[in-house]
Amino acid sequence: MSSLFGSGAATPDMAARKEQMKQSIQQELAIANAQQLINKINENCFAKCISKPSTSLTSSQETCLSQCMSLYMAAFDQVSRSYVSRISKERGAAPPGIGL
Amino acid sequence: MSAAGIPQLDDASKRELEGFLEQEQAKAKLQASIHELTNTCWNTCITGSISSKFSKSEAQCLENCVDRFLDSSLFIVKQIESQKQQL
Repeated sequence: MSSLFGSGAATPDMAARKEQMKQSIQQELAIANAQQLINKINENCFAKCISKPSTSLTSSQETCLSQCMSLYMAAFDQVSRSYVSRISKERGAAPPGIGL
Repeated sequence: MSAAGIPQLDDASKRELEGFLEQEQAKAKLQASIHELTNTCWNTCITGSISSKFSKSEAQCLENCVDRFLDSSLFIVKQIESQKQQL
């Protein structure tokens, strides 16, 4: 009934546990991915926007940071799209042995 | 999640979870490459100061960046292979 993958023998209890494990794995991965993105944004936008750290962030530095954030995410998006489409192209007509 | 639950899964479930884990690890690897590539392309292409949008040349550069990076990678591998053959 609650066995979504129809492996027959699994009890509902086991199927639920399995689903729970899958979900936590996926969640961990999503969190790690988001953290990585945030770290990269901070690293790169700090370098771009805060050339001279003073006692607090100025409003123009904050403006720069928030613009930089959107731009970095747009760049991330662009890179993801290009990378994924290149990989599927290479898989379609790749000479064997060149694993990307 | 407690690891105590794992041994209680039957073989089919274990196999299923192993496959799932492999798939997720492949996804994580892909995501890690995308982070690295974004970092590289950002540093290569975004050379001016930050404004509300990319300049035309920056946008163009970002669009080409991944493909040229991978071309370079393939080129270098080929180059090394041909040098190896000359030995």
